[in-house]
Amino acid sequence: MSERVVAAIDQGTTSTRCLLFNRAGRMLAVAQREHRQHYPRPGRVEHDVEEIWRNVASIVPAALRRAGLGPENIAALGIANQRETTVIWNRHTGLPLARAITWQDTRTDGIVSRLTSEGHGELFSSVCGLAPATYFAGPRLRWLLDNVAGARAGAERGDVLFGTMETWLIWRLTGGPDGGVHVTDVTNASRTMMMDIRTREWSPTLLEALDVPERMLPRIRSNSEVYGTCTAVLPGVPVAGALGDQQAALVGQTCFAPGEAKCTYGTGAFLLMNTGTRIAESTHGLIPTMGYVLGDGEPVYALEGSIAMTGSLVQWFRDSLGLIETAPQIETLALTVPDNGGCYIVPAFSGLYAPRWHPDARGVMVGLTSYIDRGHLARAVLEATGWQTREVVDAMNADSGLPVTRLKVDGGMTANHLLMQFLADVLDVPVERPLGSEAVSLGAAYAAGLAVGHWSNLETLRANWHRAAAWEPAMDPALRRREHANWGRAVDRSYDWVLPS
Amino acid sequence: MVETVTHGARLRNVPGTIQSIERAAAALRLLASTGRPLALAELSAALDLPRPTAHGILRTLREVGFVDQDPTNALYTVGAGLGSLSTPGWDRHDLRSRSMNWADALAGGTGCAVFVGVPDGRVVSLVHHVFRPDGSPQRLRTNETVPMHATALGKCLLAFAPLVTPAARDLDLQRYTGRTATTPAALESQLVAARRRGCATGFAEYTQGVGGAAVPLRGAGGLAVGALGISAPVEHLFGAGGVVRARLVDQLTAAAGEISVTLGHS
Ligand SMILES: Nc1ncnc2c1ncn2[C@@H]1O[C@H](COP(=O)(O)OP(=O)(O)O)[C@@H](O)[C@H]1O
Ligand SMILES: [Mg+2]
Repeated sequence: MSERVVAAIDQGTTSTRCLLFNRAGRMLAVAQREHRQHYPRPGRVEHDVEEIWRNVASIVPAALRRAGLGPENIAALGIANQRETTVIWNRHTGLPLARAITWQDTRTDGIVSRLTSEGHGELFSSVCGLAPATYFAGPRLRWLLDNVAGARAGAERGDVLFGTMETWLIWRLTGGPDGGVHVTDVTNASRTMMMDIRTREWSPTLLEALDVPERMLPRIRSNSEVYGTCTAVLPGVPVAGALGDQQAALVGQTCFAPGEAKCTYGTGAFLLMNTGTRIAESTHGLIPTMGYVLGDGEPVYALEGSIAMTGSLVQWFRDSLGLIETAPQIETLALTVPDNGGCYIVPAFSGLYAPRWHPDARGVMVGLTSYIDRGHLARAVLEATGWQTREVVDAMNADSGLPVTRLKVDGGMTANHLLMQFLADVLDVPVERPLGSEAVSLGAAYAAGLAVGHWSNLETLRANWHRAAAWEPAMDPALRRREHANWGRAVDRSYDWVLPS
Repeated sequence: MVETVTHGARLRNVPGTIQSIERAAAALRLLASTGRPLALAELSAALDLPRPTAHGILRTLREVGFVDQDPTNALYTVGAGLGSLSTPGWDRHDLRSRSMNWADALAGGTGCAVFVGVPDGRVVSLVHHVFRPDGSPQRLRTNETVPMHATALGKCLLAFAPLVTPAARDLDLQRYTGRTATTPAALESQLVAARRRGCATGFAEYTQGVGGAAVPLRGAGGLAVGALGISAPVEHLFGAGGVVRARLVDQLTAAAGEISVTLGHS
């Protein structure tokens, strides 16, 4: 087979996968592997980045084998990754100094409240666009520097490097201790609280406020350019695209025009709207963020609504409660009852993210009566995703003045048609899934393929987008209003559970 | 536990029985009765088998889903597949989830709509539906049902999953178009042809102008657990002489093969 294809690695929260795409954006092969979630204490969630690297080294060849291709058939490799997950490692040994602290981990609450109480909140918002929160990478890096033996001294000597997951993987792929390229991309960098969102460079002022040595930081590059050449896994193949997974999905869903939006449903859910070359301001709890920068092109910004727990609530239902065997079976269970029976679950396990941002909220389950059975709980789990999306869409409409008239969705949870229908019902707009729900991988492939000329322009990519399914709103408006009010009352009950220490 | 082992050991070499099946049964009894994960060494000792033999048995059991192995410490436990023995087939939502990526790729490659169907009494229940990627307005049909005798999906299930579908003579062979098979004999001969080609087809037998082709999705041990079908205007699907286009059937078969791998078919 002589067709050139583009490879993408999607280093996600629950798993890492490798997909190969042809020129039409059609998946030719996929290989996937889950990695372990480490929960050493409440509020802490860690990943072993060496395990993740080993997974990459096994899934990429597996995908090639399935397609009957070799590295010589791969035009370029693109990487998308779980954002804000933070790791430090030794540049000489290639070994991490600690497990990676993931984006759901809340251990930096002390650091974050100190930043705020010391009056830095305004500084961060104005320079990087982000108000200090446990969600972002910078405070995690600070925590590692303060708590891991040898981290700060090593960083100051230039022996210890920082990276988010794409940085770690690119460094390993391009040689590791042996000449590995230490770079990050502008979207991942924009989630660290260390990058000036206007200059797209590390901000010395913010680094000082966080007390992070600049030496350990990767160089910030665009999302679509050749960063280096693989020496491992795909020898000779250029690594030519990198984006945070949510920005990758924005590109994969071809939301290239201002006002176009998508929502990706995985561990969490993330609604991003393209705001063009303008950095949007949010007065409703959304995050202004980088959309993408393609090579020398103009930077495109986005407005983001981040929901911490959607698929992970399903996983909790499966693994911690053991009420289902697989995530998809939650739909089977939910269909055993006609409605939620009056039960609501607010999954504020790590506080509430957009648009409410209540770090002190914790999860609640309300409306319990003897009538409630596991089917109602399954409904409540799914409905929580629907209502959380509704809150983000309302905020988006209020902030952007461009009402969302249809929602493009992707991600693992879009396999759940009951949920997708509920989403259309509570949003009261049609919900559409594109052909290829792996928009994250596709976006990474697009970025890489554009860099090496495999695709010539965005219009060709747009032509690859096809509707695979659509769900039309069908809920009685009075019922929608009632349920919405109930959800709001449930959320009220989750507030202020964590007492100030 | 010791009793189980002697029991398993004693079972060996009973004339007229298949030794490896007996050994597999003994291994399962052992795993089910100890209530903790077991190492290969413990299993081979308890079963009084050489390690490579025990390993072969456990690997096979793992592949069919009767045994699980923890990837971190290589210990064995009883697998989920044993518990679901009495419930034939896959959970329909698991089936949809595992089909989704390849169903999308199939729709993209063939330009057809894609369906996954499972038998539901006398009809086919649509578990998954991917629109035809041509921008035309379409309505999502998941959870709807279609008749068995008049659709490619249904005929595929009748032909390849005979244990979980009714016999042709027990179906209500309603006429939908001039082409619907309305006698058991006519239907039977179509099923024979489907088995011969490995693919069932429907030529405007349910809806005027619309055709389909479907092949089985197989799980562990090769059991058909559902059907994967493509659907499009008949002229898109069928070439000269009303023969379904080979390029489309090849893609359909390849996608079904990929999905079947995720369902445990080897
Ligand atoms: N059919 C389903 N119904 C509900 N949730 C699902 C379903 N399938 C997968 N999920 C959830 O989606 C998540 C996996 O989706 P994925 O896009 O792979 O996430 P990530 O990229 O964050 O790892 C898991 O949290 C899982 O619980
Ligand atoms: Mg993902």
